[in-house]
Amino acid sequence: MAGAPPTDTDLIRRRASRAQSQRGTEEPPLIKWTLLTIALAFSVVFLLLPLVNVFAQALSKGLNAYANSLTEPDSWAAIRLTLTVAAIAVPLNVLFGVAAAWSIAKFEFRGKSLLTTLIDLPFSVSPVVAGLMFVLLFGLQGYFGKWLEGHNLKVIFAVPGMVLATIFVTFPFVARELIPVMQATGLEQEQAALTLGASGWQTFWHVTLPSVKWGLIYGVILCNARAMGEFGAVYVVSGHIIGQTDTMPLRVEQLYNQYQGAAAFAVASLLALLALFTLGVKTCLEWKQARAYELAQRVGQ
Amino acid sequence: MPGKKFNVLPGFGLTMGFTLFYLSAIVLIPIAGLFLKTLGISWLDFWRLATTSRALAAYKLTFGASLVAAFANAAFGTILAWALVRYEFPGKRFLDALIDFPFALPTAVAGLTLANLFGDNGWLGQWLVPLGIKGAFTPLGVIIALTFVGMPFAVRTLQPVLESLEREVEEAAATLGASQVRTFFSVIAPTLLPTIITGFALAFARAVGEYGSIVFISGNLPFKTEIAPYLIVMRLEEYDYTGAVTLAVVLMVISFALLYLINWLENWSGRYQN
Repeated sequence: MAGAPPTDTDLIRRRASRAQSQRGTEEPPLIKWTLLTIALAFSVVFLLLPLVNVFAQALSKGLNAYANSLTEPDSWAAIRLTLTVAAIAVPLNVLFGVAAAWSIAKFEFRGKSLLTTLIDLPFSVSPVVAGLMFVLLFGLQGYFGKWLEGHNLKVIFAVPGMVLATIFVTFPFVARELIPVMQATGLEQEQAALTLGASGWQTFWHVTLPSVKWGLIYGVILCNARAMGEFGAVYVVSGHIIGQTDTMPLRVEQLYNQYQGAAAFAVASLLALLALFTLGVKTCLEWKQARAYELAQRVGQ
Repeated sequence: MPGKKFNVLPGFGLTMGFTLFYLSAIVLIPIAGLFLKTLGISWLDFWRLATTSRALAAYKLTFGASLVAAFANAAFGTILAWALVRYEFPGKRFLDALIDFPFALPTAVAGLTLANLFGDNGWLGQWLVPLGIKGAFTPLGVIIALTFVGMPFAVRTLQPVLESLEREVEEAAATLGASQVRTFFSVIAPTLLPTIITGFALAFARAVGEYGSIVFISGNLPFKTEIAPYLIVMRLEEYDYTGAVTLAVVLMVISFALLYLINWLENWSGRYQN
């Protein structure tokens, strides 16, 4: 029945205060260590090794080869296109997210739950199917294909189609993060500002936005990570024209198929860095929130 | 109007109008376009195209591998969440932050690094392949990739519930003379089970639509390691739009059914906790 020896003072204090009952809920050391070993082994194989492997393989041919494979024209074009697509798709989804959160969080209307379900819909559509939907709309055989061709406009196998597909798969991120945060802040502050003579726009800019800024930042970061990393949907609409419609994830596949492993990993390492940056921001925001919560609790006491 | 709060906030018409316009343009019209295309296909053709032997093999792999991966995540994800909530160990905060890594990592990179890791010369492959465990270009590779992408869903769904699980209840059970095994099975397990099932369903739903990571690790051999989304891409590249649309509609209807099931599960487990 005895648990593992207590290691830190806090634990000792807690133990002392509830010595009798605590003993009953601590697993025997054997079970505890077995569970810990399984948990750690699973995380090493499925989290740590895949992460470290990206950078080890990318640098396997030395720093020079690494730098060369990133500055090589086709890879460089892919990096630029990825940034362009994200620079169009993310702001549009932020605009939508803010508008949707304002109308859903601050007003009552019928069909609200249906609307939130519809906003989440893109998450449950396979990226490949998402790409296919835009091919059916704008491809040569599609509903608007003839019209686009007549006006000399290219959407599929070109950048506009890739932007559309990216917007679709990243559609819910900002709205999803903002709606609960905006709901939690309530209406009182905005109503006070309006009563004091602020315009609607001033109220939004100086009252609403500052109170939801962390939620907004988190939504933007997630939206951006997915936008830059999207593969399936963009793969279907891009047509894989090297140097023209290759984004970074598509370039990774291109290089992998040409048996240029180290070069593929070099481009992949940039995307892995983006993922680490995203995780870093997320963790910082969570710690900030936890600290704010603790502070509020202490003030409350 | 009695009973209805008067709302002085401006901008409802503008924001709602934009929301509905954008939602229709980006999501609703494209989805409607996909379903409209099926109207041009007769039921007989639809059934024939949806159930070709190659398609059936692809569904079997997609759903079979997703199921196995979701089970693996339910089991290991639960242990991992338990360790993160209940135990102290060095590097715990780092590991906790890293749980979301598969979610943040682009799927193409995940596929690339896993294919390399489990390949013949990879860090894990060089030990596993001689033992007969081939992770690259096999159905096992598909399971590995799907376990990777689904893991955050299983762990993150369970973590908050484990944190809110009151030790006092377990202590009460112990005080009343229940053994630890009995406490686990009659106090802890029933509380966690609905959440574990929700995490399982989320990981499963994520796995069914997955494409990017699998392209790299599976080798995409028809009848052997070809998943349903890959078959859609193949049909599209052959300009067989009818075939692609049929498979896409099948996949989408199943995804929506899963979404409905998950919503129901979340309500159910929420009720259970209250």
